[in-house]
Amino acid sequence: MTSIISVEKLSKTYASGFEALRDINLEIRKGEIFALLGPNGAGKTTLISIICGIVNASAGKVTVAGRDIKADYRAVRSMIGLVPQELATDMFETVLATVTFSRGLFGRPKDSALIERILRQLSLWDKRDSKIVTLSGGMKRRLLIAKALAHEPDILFLDEPTAGVDVELRKDMWEIVRSMRESGVTIILTTHYIEEAEEMADRVGVIAKGEIILVEEKAELMRKLGRKQLVLQLQDKLSEIPPSLHMHNLQLIGDGEELVFHYDTRAERTGITALLNDMRTAGMTFKDLRTTQSSLEDIFVDLVRQAR
Amino acid sequence: MNIHAVRAIYGFEMSRWGRTLLQSIVSPVLSTSLYFVVFGAAIGSRIAEIDGVSYGAFIVPGLIMLTLLTESTSNASFGIYFPRFTGTIYELLSAPVSPIEIVMGYVGAAATKSIILGLIILATASLFVPLRIDHPVWMVTFLVLTALTFSLFGFIIGVWADGFEKLQVVPLLVITPLVFLGGTFYSLNMLPPFWQTVTLFNPLVYLINGFRWSFYGVSDVNIGLSLAMTLAFLVLCMAVIWYIFRSGYRLKA
Repeated sequence: MTSIISVEKLSKTYASGFEALRDINLEIRKGEIFALLGPNGAGKTTLISIICGIVNASAGKVTVAGRDIKADYRAVRSMIGLVPQELATDMFETVLATVTFSRGLFGRPKDSALIERILRQLSLWDKRDSKIVTLSGGMKRRLLIAKALAHEPDILFLDEPTAGVDVELRKDMWEIVRSMRESGVTIILTTHYIEEAEEMADRVGVIAKGEIILVEEKAELMRKLGRKQLVLQLQDKLSEIPPSLHMHNLQLIGDGEELVFHYDTRAERTGITALLNDMRTAGMTFKDLRTTQSSLEDIFVDLVRQAR
Repeated sequence: MNIHAVRAIYGFEMSRWGRTLLQSIVSPVLSTSLYFVVFGAAIGSRIAEIDGVSYGAFIVPGLIMLTLLTESTSNASFGIYFPRFTGTIYELLSAPVSPIEIVMGYVGAAATKSIILGLIILATASLFVPLRIDHPVWMVTFLVLTALTFSLFGFIIGVWADGFEKLQVVPLLVITPLVFLGGTFYSLNMLPPFWQTVTLFNPLVYLINGFRWSFYGVSDVNIGLSLAMTLAFLVLCMAVIWYIFRSGYRLKA
């Protein structure tokens, strides 16, 4: 897949001295959904604000479709749509007027049919003559997406698109994002919700303290870094793990009724067979077993903890 | 040139004005009419003609200028401050628009509004006092130049301000006093020599006198100087705006 955004050695230090980004290198592929995960203050919004032209970088270079974001800002910005984190709207404007305004601002001639299609897609057509101040939070969020899509961008940045949105609406939003991707739009979203990245992203980037810690295919990331646990429900309760099993990475839980074995899926040998043999030798039997895998959340928490 | 963007910003600003039409037009027209009633009719009838012009007619250019200056400044400052206040400035900063196009949209709309108001006040004044315009082309030139210059000035105030209070400070505490002390209601010749000299340091004296000259052909100062001062302030405002966009002052982190 070809790269559509290329970030090289990007740094940002604010006037206050706060170093928001440090030597960031990142490639976004055309047509993908890229999730940028990070805790508060990690630099997610600063990074997308620089790419979109809202914040000036201190050092480094960003190109979009091979064009420099500063030297060729008109061409670059015409390609980009931004949905900000804050619900910033012109409260007393109508829905239709504000979306039409956005299209004009991005240099596109009026296209009533397109605006109607976008508003219908986002279930806002019935509200087209309503003032923004009368819309619910979810509708305002969809309106910001409509404004960002009004000039038919190739790339869409969604900064915390489902922050403060209820579960049902969040799922609606995921559907909207997926349908946009199907229409060929490259999507970069920042999120606190690991579930969101896990659900939607093709690739995941983890950022902490202004540095990209990791960029990986989501599936690969989970496969490579995913730990598995084998939980064995014992026939007889144990007060402690027998010495003959100390060599295994075991944990006793549930008042001694369950034994948890942590293993690495990447390892040549997982150690499961050896454990079961040693248990049989020790005369231990089990009633049931199950395996669980680390979620992206576990991986994320681990990475951020390591970065600290 | 992103002409669609200029049109969008201009249209947005004009429609904002349309939503508050009553407040935007009635308020300045009413207050100016009161000036005519009080100064023109009640007090003016007891004041002799100035340079062959009745007192009521003499104050008309100054009063138009008062509205033009305060409205241009307020409109343009509010126009750019409001998106900063609500956060919608993100859209403007991320759009493929140049600083010149942004200024054309905001300043063009603010200047249009104040020119319309100035013309309405001129029409209102003609109901109260006999008016004549000796140099209509110059009248329009001064009207447009002043509206543009002070809309640019307002844009600067709107970028500089970090609260609604600061938006009000300049029109109320700087422009209005300078207009009142700039010969709106009197000729400089009516002042003692010392205060005449002091008044010449008020830049608005030149704007008001230039504008008055276009009506009645009389002025306390040289007309060339009036035009030069207006243009100088225009260039100064443009330079400051150039610096704002170049440095990102209060617009970009």
